[in-house]
Amino acid sequence: MIGGPQGSGINVSAEIFAKALSRAGYYVFGQIEYHSNIKGKHSAYRLRISGEPVHSHVETVHLLSALDEETLVGDLYHEFPAHPGHAHELAPNGAILYAEENRKYIEWIERDDIQFWEMPYAELLERALTEMGKPGQARAYRIMNNSMVLGASVGALGFDFEPVAEAIRDSFGGKAGKVAEMNVLAARHACDFAREHFAAKTAYRLPDAPPRREQVMIKGTQAVGIGKIQAGCGIQTYYPISPATDESVYLEENQADHNLVVLQTEDEVSAIDSAVMAAHGGVRASTSTSGPGFALMPEGLGFAAITEAPGPVVVIYQRGGPSTGLPTRWEQGDLTFALSAGQGDIPRIVIASGDIEESFYDTFDAFNYADRYQLPVIILVDKHLSSSYQTIPVFDTSKLVIDRGPVFDASKNGHGEFFRHAFTPNGVSPRSVPGQPGGAFWTTTDEHDPRGHITESIPNRLLMMEKRMGKLALAASEIPDEKKFRLVGSGRTPVLALGWGSTKGAIVDALRRIDPEGATYSFLQIRIMRPFPTAEVLPILQRAGKVVCFDGNFSEQLAQLVRSETGFLPHHRVVKYDGRPFSEDEVVTALEKAVSGGTERMVVSGGRVVGPEFARAEFDRMVELRRKHGKMLPPMVPLPPGYNR
Amino acid sequence: MSTAADLKTYTPQDYKADIHNDWCPGCGDFGILSAIQMALAKLQIPPHQTAVVGGIGCSGKTPHYMNTYAFHTLHGRVMPSVTGMKLANHELTVIGVGGDGDAYGIGAGHFVSGGRRNLDITYVVFNNDIYALTKGQASPTIGKGEKTKSMSEESIMEAINPMLLGIACGYTFVARGYALDTKYLVELISQAIRHRGSALVDVLQTCPTYNDLHSKTWYAGEVDGQPRLYKLEDTGYDPLVHNPADPAEITQKKAQALLRSQDPSGRIALGVYYKLEVPTYVDFLKEKIPALESSPLVDLDIYHRDIRPNLQKLM
Repeated sequence: MIGGPQGSGINVSAEIFAKALSRAGYYVFGQIEYHSNIKGKHSAYRLRISGEPVHSHVETVHLLSALDEETLVGDLYHEFPAHPGHAHELAPNGAILYAEENRKYIEWIERDDIQFWEMPYAELLERALTEMGKPGQARAYRIMNNSMVLGASVGALGFDFEPVAEAIRDSFGGKAGKVAEMNVLAARHACDFAREHFAAKTAYRLPDAPPRREQVMIKGTQAVGIGKIQAGCGIQTYYPISPATDESVYLEENQADHNLVVLQTEDEVSAIDSAVMAAHGGVRASTSTSGPGFALMPEGLGFAAITEAPGPVVVIYQRGGPSTGLPTRWEQGDLTFALSAGQGDIPRIVIASGDIEESFYDTFDAFNYADRYQLPVIILVDKHLSSSYQTIPVFDTSKLVIDRGPVFDASKNGHGEFFRHAFTPNGVSPRSVPGQPGGAFWTTTDEHDPRGHITESIPNRLLMMEKRMGKLALAASEIPDEKKFRLVGSGRTPVLALGWGSTKGAIVDALRRIDPEGATYSFLQIRIMRPFPTAEVLPILQRAGKVVCFDGNFSEQLAQLVRSETGFLPHHRVVKYDGRPFSEDEVVTALEKAVSGGTERMVVSGGRVVGPEFARAEFDRMVELRRKHGKMLPPMVPLPPGYNR
Repeated sequence: MSTAADLKTYTPQDYKADIHNDWCPGCGDFGILSAIQMALAKLQIPPHQTAVVGGIGCSGKTPHYMNTYAFHTLHGRVMPSVTGMKLANHELTVIGVGGDGDAYGIGAGHFVSGGRRNLDITYVVFNNDIYALTKGQASPTIGKGEKTKSMSEESIMEAINPMLLGIACGYTFVARGYALDTKYLVELISQAIRHRGSALVDVLQTCPTYNDLHSKTWYAGEVDGQPRLYKLEDTGYDPLVHNPADPAEITQKKAQALLRSQDPSGRIALGVYYKLEVPTYVDFLKEKIPALESSPLVDLDIYHRDIRPNLQKLM
């Protein structure tokens, strides 16, 4: 773990390290926790490094590289502290790399089972600067601390420095520029020092690197973005919002290469409506947002649905709610909302991607569904999936075929009449594209007749409702089972873990840890929430001994959906609503509790199943910690050298 | 290659949908509808290359009466809708239609961005000072202290000045017409469609059912012995910014529009208030995405995209 104030570059450092490890063949999972803030507030980046595929993070830290004192002892500048630091997360014999200047805080850490490794960063930086012909300027170049912290981690873990140096240069655009070289040199000095003094003492070594293979280190916003490119998305609309914006920014950087227009709108109302109309215009259209932005979109969903637009695809990056909630933290709080948003009955497909890899393929499929069934398609992802980095195999595009659904062909239009909302056997009417001769049509958000004109006729209303809503049954009959759900294990086990979205990674890793043979546990992941695969999953739920449902929200949204769609209420409902994603350890603990007679509803936080007294005790402990040590000033993030205020 | 469609001469009739119109008898909307149809015929824009996009309300139904690609969308969302359609195919003639409440009330945020985005679109606002389809409540253009027969109390808010608002938002063509002067309105709407950029035509419109204040008689009346309505061009007014690179001229042209748009005499000026010829949004987009030079977004190939370079950057 690397911890430090935001804006100090810890995520860059962690990602550089991760990239070097990935290139060396390691499997990496990188998970970042950060505040809704630009500079100064605490941020922590966990890198899980493994010789076999990893899909989640763990609670335990084996090496903590601390850029500042707050990482060590916690937030001591708020009346009600935000966190207690990370020392308590260390495994026995784990180590903390800290700066010499923070020595006094080490004494505050009440643990005698871990190692404390002091780094003379200031002196090492001075040494590096002297070599670069800039002696006596260490203060001005404190901004390079993140490179030193990176170097120290590399050295302490005994990893080669050269691949890291290469990754540092890549992070500066691959140019061997002066700034890049200064950072490389600073990192090298820290690396050498840590290697010399601590590498031999470490209790936790890197496993042997697996054979190198082609893999990418990718985060969810990139996977979704690349999925859109592959799917032929022509326009992406968006209004800036965490944690969705990264995807739009990624696409914007790719506009020219793939002829994809990215439109930043004045709000999310405009984002969805312009996407709906671009879809009517014949272009594959999408928008990406988070809960607060999606809260402005229900009107547009109805617009798309009743006018039978071929889309848009709406990607919701869930974050902590309600309202502005926890803008940069995790939650799976918008499942119920995504299913119900909008006035009246809206046919919509709702997909929930379980991991970064799935999100690519799901995104591709979503555009096909939008065109094939002419309705809005929602993809639910979340902050954990969007912001975490994972090493995964290169996407296989060989089986991906773009399907634009039924289209109007003027040459086959015998009667010279085109009805945009024609009644057809399967409920989907061929669509024309504005500009196409003979294809002009009317459509309206009012109820309408086949031609698209307003009518309040009773039989027409019945037919149109059945036509629109019937497209869901059509979709259910055509979408293959493996895209509706995923069963890991036989399903005929004493315990079945049930989950959705990014809980998948933690559940998969947990089962591999506690039950590699699959004798006790299976895992059922629901991948499509609407149309819900009732007939497919109910038998699986019924034949398991005990079903334990994992939900990243307070109100057991998946469990309640399963109950309403199948009549089956999972025996145990494990919920997490502390704003942080499930770790592998939390899943393990909850499953073990379920086996040994845990309660029907279990709340998880901080690595365990917690009782009602937990939060109060933690809250009081943090307040007491601050009282004991007194108020501390928040860390200062250094400005770049030469910055002129 | 020329096709039969290219050679056809379009008449206003070609833009008329064969459908019963449910506006009230005597509604000002009829004049605006006819003017749009006549303007399209005048410019010989093929109906299938035209998209008419309406908001919600009486005026929002206009697309149903057009024999073009026609979208009756959401209240207040004309601009986002127009934007999506224009970006999908920038070769289409895209015309937004909607009421004053739609444009300046519920859609005000979109109205602002629609102006500054400067897509090559036309927005015709049917301005009758009231929300007619919900039976005549005050809209953003009703004056302070005014009360129509449909309102229970007089308005205690200032009215929005659409000409000023349009110019402030960055519309590069801003004009005001009158629904019952169809001939002149055809001229204004034609100019607006021809203008390369975001064009606003605010049309003063009578509502014989609910607005008894600003009636046909009122508009035809006089102020201090002068006709209430007059045309800017009859006064030697020049709306055009001749040198778009000259900020001083732009400011001067905006300032003269301000003075005319709230004429202290109480008279109302019709005509083009402001016109600035600058590159459009799509012109700038073409610099970012050169493929748009040769064809609109909807016609660009999506079947042969290569994500390999994207993945290589992540290795």
